[in-house]
Amino acid sequence: MSTAVAHAHTDDHHHHEESFISKYIFSMDHKMISKQFLITGIIMGLIGMGMSIAFRLQLAYPDTSFPILEWLFGSKWAPDGKLDAGYYMALVTMHGTIMVFYVLTAGLSGTFANLLLPLQIGARDMASPFMNMLSYWFFFLSSVVLLSSLFVETGPASGGWTIYPPLSALPKAMPGSGMGMTLWLVAIILFIASSLLGGINYISTVLNMRTKGMSMTRLPLTVWALFLTAVLGLLSFPVLLGGGLLLMFDRGFGTSFYLSDIYLGSAGALEHTGGSPVLFQHLFWFLGHPEVYIIIMPALGITSEIIAVNSRKPIFGYTAMVISLLGIAFLSFIVWGHHMFITGMNPLLGAVFLVTTLIIAVPSAVKTFNYLATLWRGNIRFTNAMMFAIGLVSFFISGGLTGIFLGNATLDIQLHDTYFVVGHFHIVMGCAAIFGMLAGIYHWFPKMFGRLMNKPLGYIHFWLTFASAYLVFFPMHFIGLAGVPRRYYAFTLLPEYGQWADVNVLMTLAAILGGIAQLVFIYNFFSSIFIGKKSTENPWEANTLEWTTPVERIHGNWPGAIPTVYRWAYDYSNPAYDEDFKMQNVPDESHVVELFETNTGTAPSTKDKPETETVSFFTLIRNWFKPRTV
Amino acid sequence: MSTQTISKSSTWGGGNSPFNVSYGKLMMWVFLLSDAFTFSSLLIAYGAIRYSYDSTPIEQIDALELKFAENVQEKFAPDVAETASHAATTLEHGAEHAAEHAEHFIPALRELGVFTEAQWPSPDLVFNHFPFAHGLHLPLIFVSLMTLILILSSVTMVLGVEAGQQGNQKAVSKWMLLTIIGGFMFLGCQAWEWTNFISAGARMWSNPYGPPAFAALFFGVTGFHGFHVFSGVVLNIIIYINNLKGTYAKRGHYEMVEKVGLYWHFVDLVWVFVFTFFYLI
Ligand code: HEM
Ligand SMILES: [Cu+2]
Repeated sequence: MSTAVAHAHTDDHHHHEESFISKYIFSMDHKMISKQFLITGIIMGLIGMGMSIAFRLQLAYPDTSFPILEWLFGSKWAPDGKLDAGYYMALVTMHGTIMVFYVLTAGLSGTFANLLLPLQIGARDMASPFMNMLSYWFFFLSSVVLLSSLFVETGPASGGWTIYPPLSALPKAMPGSGMGMTLWLVAIILFIASSLLGGINYISTVLNMRTKGMSMTRLPLTVWALFLTAVLGLLSFPVLLGGGLLLMFDRGFGTSFYLSDIYLGSAGALEHTGGSPVLFQHLFWFLGHPEVYIIIMPALGITSEIIAVNSRKPIFGYTAMVISLLGIAFLSFIVWGHHMFITGMNPLLGAVFLVTTLIIAVPSAVKTFNYLATLWRGNIRFTNAMMFAIGLVSFFISGGLTGIFLGNATLDIQLHDTYFVVGHFHIVMGCAAIFGMLAGIYHWFPKMFGRLMNKPLGYIHFWLTFASAYLVFFPMHFIGLAGVPRRYYAFTLLPEYGQWADVNVLMTLAAILGGIAQLVFIYNFFSSIFIGKKSTENPWEANTLEWTTPVERIHGNWPGAIPTVYRWAYDYSNPAYDEDFKMQNVPDESHVVELFETNTGTAPSTKDKPETETVSFFTLIRNWFKPRTV
Repeated sequence: MSTQTISKSSTWGGGNSPFNVSYGKLMMWVFLLSDAFTFSSLLIAYGAIRYSYDSTPIEQIDALELKFAENVQEKFAPDVAETASHAATTLEHGAEHAAEHAEHFIPALRELGVFTEAQWPSPDLVFNHFPFAHGLHLPLIFVSLMTLILILSSVTMVLGVEAGQQGNQKAVSKWMLLTIIGGFMFLGCQAWEWTNFISAGARMWSNPYGPPAFAALFFGVTGFHGFHVFSGVVLNIIIYINNLKGTYAKRGHYEMVEKVGLYWHFVDLVWVFVFTFFYLI
């Protein structure tokens, strides 16, 4: 086997010895780039998590001194082991930015789009491996710039991950508005460049490079999800770019796009007229809302795949899954106003955003029910990946429901900017997407590193993470309902919130537990790379094409020809066959000729005949849900 | 029926490009789609700010259009007219007096209530200059010329792409060269337009003609577009040189020309929008 691999490899690719640099650093192999994204993402994730534990300590024990904080952040930002109030805001801002963009956007899409797109559609690499490499290096540079802002004298940006003006537009507004904010903007612009380079590549790859027989309707749902994610990013990030440019002008060139009529007690009225901070919010959330779906969609795609594989059942309602992804993708562009109900807008417009927001719950619910229906009476294999995928479904339900609360403009008057919102988005986005990402890592680890991760450790990791996530974020809904505002440094000065002190302690302890659980994962991940059990070619008995490639993970993916695809990705437990799965590249004896031969044949196939009989609406719906072979 | 019937399943069935384009061209299309959103965000910002101000009433514009510059004395009160006519006469002394002209002329109009902080100035009154035609009121003539140049450069680009498809290396060179010249001329015009506006006293943060936002948006958006034109010219030059070296002739196809062509047309199209938004509305 391995000699055949090596042989074919040399044939196909004028093999030359790759240097360390071209193999591991400036690699143009999509599988290596995916690992680069993943490991950078994990490191950023650890940093972001560390920050959250630091400020959770502050929230739970506002009067206690923690020498470790002083040791970490220095006596300037944590004098006597207590976080400085401004630095608290800076940490929250950096935490949000890192988690949203660096971990759950680049870390998640970057990893799995790079790994899975070429492998699952049957391509040797991305359309442009070079741009792919650039995409990673822009991301890397962006991460470095962002982190470097932790070391500037005035501290990192501290106006929140949404960088609303005027705090972000006036460099002197507060310490974090200075150099830190500038670096934030530079980092994000580099990030947008990375995301565009990646997105253009992913889209072109999926459209142009599918192997023979891989029609759009046979694509695994992971590919659909990653593809639509790329489309969302491609159309929404440019708007943040435009908004960011104008913000830079406001900061550096004295313009007032986002500033007007600002009066500061001591400084008097500032010389700014004519702009509008609300304009920025519109531009930001036009990115911001699609962004949250950019984060969740890959996770949903991964979940579809893993649940089908481990339930040994075809995914329930493939077409409905695709249509709901399309629906989510489209709707996510017309709901951004729900972040701005309180900012003030024409009530009619508010009502429109309310309606579109609630409509987005429909495709979301379709997906959830389809997951449950796939699990229903399945022959479930509780692999680590499966546990996390089911965890995602749980979080997606709990968080989606609170989204419906928030989507009601009138309710949002009470709930906006409280811990209810923090609970909502951490559960639906933070936890769900992280669980999707972890599920993906456990599932495709063998494809990335040729070894399996340790299963018992995986279970420990799952249960600790699952429990701590709910313990941290569920209580937030209650304190939010009681009116506790978000982004406050300490509640001790506000006696009416004193009664929540114990809840804050509980949440902090749970967060620390969650942090420890991730150490289990880190150990498992890095040790398995070297000492994990050797994987076979198809350890999960899945159908998709990536499991037809050799364990050795060669450049170009397949030693011989690229496989042709004869069926959809979800032929599990089909009663027509003896085995409980049929891989996509296995021809079906009775239908082998369908797709390609008919095109050259003399007789038009029945497929090309116009459908004359009228189909009732219900038949149509039923057909959607029918599992299909060729 | 003995030959191939292309059915739907073979278009989207994998193993080929559904749009029958190479990945490179597809990428260019996808990039342009995304870039269109960048420009849209800027133009939407423009719209939002623009319509938070009143427009200059149309009668005011008409009245001024009638009696601009030379005839200004007859129309307005004598004392203001004095300054205005002074401005008009100094103008005739040549370009070096442009700044001086602005110094007197714009304040005069301000006093007449034409240019106020609360009113979005009419582009007809702001962009009415033309090189070597000082003191004349030529609303939007110069920018129309710029637009024409850019559109013509799109035409030469089409001809270049066409020549490439026929594999005519010489013709590709010719048309690319003309396109590059067109691009430089446009950039030159823009530089003149900016200089003129700046010497009238406009800055990113201030604008003698009214709200500072007018100038800020003007510089921001036309600057961003100009940056695109500049990158386009650079790309065109690279293509031009490669073509001279025969790279594409050797390669057997001129697809690179088509790709930069797409970009160039896009930049043109964006200008049509910028032109409409900043000059016509
Ligand atoms: C059923 C679907 C959903 C609905 C109806 C919904 C609704 C809302 C609403 C109305 C808000 C604004 C609350 C406020 O600031 O007052 C909000 C905030 C948020 N949602 Fe959702 N949401 C849904 C799903 C999601 C998903 C799937 C994600 C991410 C994957 C997400 C991420 C967020 C984030 C990050 C915020 C807060 C942003 C911030 O202010 O910092 N939501 N959601
Ligand atoms: Cu939203």
